[in-house]
Amino acid sequence: MSPPRAPEGAPPFLPSTSLDPTMTSAQEHGGDVRLTGISKTYGSFTAVRPLDLTVPQGSFFALLGASGCGKTTTLRMIAGLEEPSSGTVHLGEQDVTALPPYKRPVNTVFQSYALFPHLDIFENVAFGLRRRGIKSVKGQVGEMLDLVQLGEQARKKPHQLSGGQQQRVAVARALINHPKVLLLDEPLGALDLKLRRQMQLELKRIQTEVGITFIHVTHDQEEAMTMADQVAVMNAGRVEQLGAPADLYENPRTTFVANFLGTSNFIAAEIAGRSGDDLTLKAGDGKLTLPAERCTAPTTTGGKVILGVRPEKISLTHADDAGQIPEGRNRITGRIADSSFIGVSTQYVVHSPVCDAFEVYAQNIERDTRLVPGVDVVLHWNPAHTFGLDAAQDIEAGVEKVEEDASA
Amino acid sequence: MTTTLTDAPPTKEPDAPPRKARRRGRLVPYWLLLPGILWLVVFFALPLVYQASTSVQTGSLEDGFKVTWHFATYWDALSDYWPQFLRSVMYAGSATILCLLLGYPLAYLIAFRAGRWRNLILVLVIAPFFTSFLIRTLAWKTILADGGPVVGALNSLHVLDVTSWLGVTEGDRVLATPLAVICGLTYNFLPFMILPLYTSLERIDGRLHEAAGDLYARPSTTFRKVTFPLSMPGVVSGTLLTFIPAAGDYVNADLLGSTDTRMVGNVIQTQFLRILDYPTAAALSFILMAAILVMVTFYIRKSGTEDLV
Repeated sequence: MSPPRAPEGAPPFLPSTSLDPTMTSAQEHGGDVRLTGISKTYGSFTAVRPLDLTVPQGSFFALLGASGCGKTTTLRMIAGLEEPSSGTVHLGEQDVTALPPYKRPVNTVFQSYALFPHLDIFENVAFGLRRRGIKSVKGQVGEMLDLVQLGEQARKKPHQLSGGQQQRVAVARALINHPKVLLLDEPLGALDLKLRRQMQLELKRIQTEVGITFIHVTHDQEEAMTMADQVAVMNAGRVEQLGAPADLYENPRTTFVANFLGTSNFIAAEIAGRSGDDLTLKAGDGKLTLPAERCTAPTTTGGKVILGVRPEKISLTHADDAGQIPEGRNRITGRIADSSFIGVSTQYVVHSPVCDAFEVYAQNIERDTRLVPGVDVVLHWNPAHTFGLDAAQDIEAGVEKVEEDASA
Repeated sequence: MTTTLTDAPPTKEPDAPPRKARRRGRLVPYWLLLPGILWLVVFFALPLVYQASTSVQTGSLEDGFKVTWHFATYWDALSDYWPQFLRSVMYAGSATILCLLLGYPLAYLIAFRAGRWRNLILVLVIAPFFTSFLIRTLAWKTILADGGPVVGALNSLHVLDVTSWLGVTEGDRVLATPLAVICGLTYNFLPFMILPLYTSLERIDGRLHEAAGDLYARPSTTFRKVTFPLSMPGVVSGTLLTFIPAAGDYVNADLLGSTDTRMVGNVIQTQFLRILDYPTAAALSFILMAAILVMVTFYIRKSGTEDLV
C-alpha cells in the first residue's frame, strides 16, 4: 500500500482548517444513511431490487458494479433525484424519502461535474451557499477555492478549465455546503488514468479530514478498493456482497464477486468427505483440501462446489522438482500454455485437466528460467487460500464486464 | 509522407503536385462560394444600392426620376410618418413580448416534458406554415368578428373593459383595433419565437437542473438562476426573429386593423404601389432599416449574449 500522500503536483486539498466548526455537532446528531427495502422499477424493468443498506456515518462507502447494475439509481434515490418505487431512505433519524433534493442535507458530485456553464468558478462554488440565503459568501468561497488551488481561476468559466480542475470545482461546490453525506457519481470517470489515481488519493484524504460520509459509485474495482472502507458489490439490481475491500477479495461469496474483484481460478469439484475442519474434495483425479469455514456452499458429502483460488496465491514448480513441494498443500498438475512478463510479476496461463486456463501470478524474485510455455508444472498453494462457492452459478459471471471496463 | 532523404529508388515524387493544380486547389473554396456571393450581389446588394439611389431622387412618374441628392426626402418622410413608425415599434414590441410569454412555456414543455410527443408538437408548431400567410391572417378576421364567440367571451369576462382602458380596443369590438393587429402579429410570428427558444432550451444539460436542485435551489429558483440564463441565446434570437419582421409587416394591419392602426409597412406599401412616390417609399424603408439596426445592436449589447456559451 502506498502511503496516503498525494503524488507530486497534486493540490493539498483540504487542510484541517476547512473543517466545519459545526462538524462535531453534526456528527452527534447525524448518523448513518439507512436504506430500507428500497427499490426502483421503470415499467417492467427493475433497476434496483428491494435492498437494505446501512452506510455508517463518516465512512467512505463504495457502490461497485458494472454499468446498469443499479448503483447509480441507488445513489440518485439517496440524493432525491429519483423517487424509490418502494422503501425508505433515512439520514440519521430523519426520514427523507419524501423530501425533494433541495431539502436534503446531501450534495452530489455529478459524473460529468454538471458545472453551470454561465456562471464563473466563484459563483459555481457559491451557488449552494447563496441558495441557503447566506449573504457573505466571499470568505468561504475564497477559502474553498484556495484549498483546491483554484483561487486564481475564480473568474474563469468552467469551459476554460481542464477536466481535473473542473472535477475539483465540482467537489468544492458540493463540500462547501458541509453536507451530511457527499454522493459521488463516478466522479473520476472522465479523467485520464494518472489524474484519476491522483484524485483517488486526494478524495480519500479529504474524506478522512472532513469526516463526512462519502458514498462513491464506481465501476472500477481498483478505485473502490483503494478508496473505500466498505464496498457493496452490486449486480443486476442487488447487492451481491458487502464488506471491507480485503474481505471481499479474500472471501468472495459468489463467482460474480470473485471475478469482478480481481481474477479468480475456478475448479469444479465434488465433496468427498470431511476431516476435522477441512473438507476433502475430488477434482478430476486429484484431491484438494478446503477449510469448511471458507465454503459458502452446502457441505454435504457428494455435493458439488466451485473451488476458487486467486492467481497470486499459487506457486509454480517444475514437474521435475515436484518432490520438493511441502506436504499439505493443494496441488494440481498442468502445462504452461503462455507466460507474460509484467515487471513486478510474471503471469502464466496453465492448462490443466481440471481447469482450462489457470492463471498464476508469480513475483519476479527467484525466477525459475525453466518455466516456459510447454513445460509440465505443478501448481500448489496453501489450502487456507482456497474458497468454496455454490456450484449452481455461472462461473463466468462478472468476467466479461471487467474486460469491457478495462478496455474502456 | 514527405520527401525521402535517402537514395531511394526514383519513384514518383508524391508531394509536389504541378503548381497549376495546387493553385486550383486553393481556389476551390472561392469557386464554391461564388453562387452564394452572386446571389447576394444580385438580390441584396444591387437592390439596396438601387433603393438608396431612389431615395435621393426627385421627379414624377410622368417626367421620370433623377438623382438630385435630395436628402430632404428623409426628413419629410420622418416628420410626416413618425406616428406610424412609433406604432410599428409598439405593435411589434407588444407582439414580441406576447410571443415570448406564450412561446416560452411551450418551448419549455417541448424541450423538457414532452417525451415521445416532442416531435408531434414540433410539427404542430410548424403546421400553420402549410397554409398561406394571407389565409391564416384572414381567418383571424372571422375569429375576432364582431359579436363572435371570442369577442362575446372577452366581453362577458370584462377583458375588453381592461383593453379599452389600455387603449387597444374600442367599445365592444376587437376587429379594426390595435389589439387585433397585435393578435395577428403574435399569431403569425409565434413559431419564429418558439423554434429558437426550443433549440436553446433543448441544448441545456438536464443534469444542470439536477445539480441546481441538489444545491438547494427550489424549482422556481432553478429556473431563474439556471434555465433562463442558459436559454438567453434563444430568447435573443427569438425576439429578433419576431420583432424585425413584425416591425416591417403590413398585412396584419391591413387585414385586421383600420386606418388608425396603419404601421410603417402600410405606408411604404401605399407609397410604392398606390401613390407611386418611390423616393419617399425608399427613404422610409431605409429609415426603418436603420432604426431596426440601431435597436437590435443596442439590444444585443444590453442582453450580453455574446458572453454565453
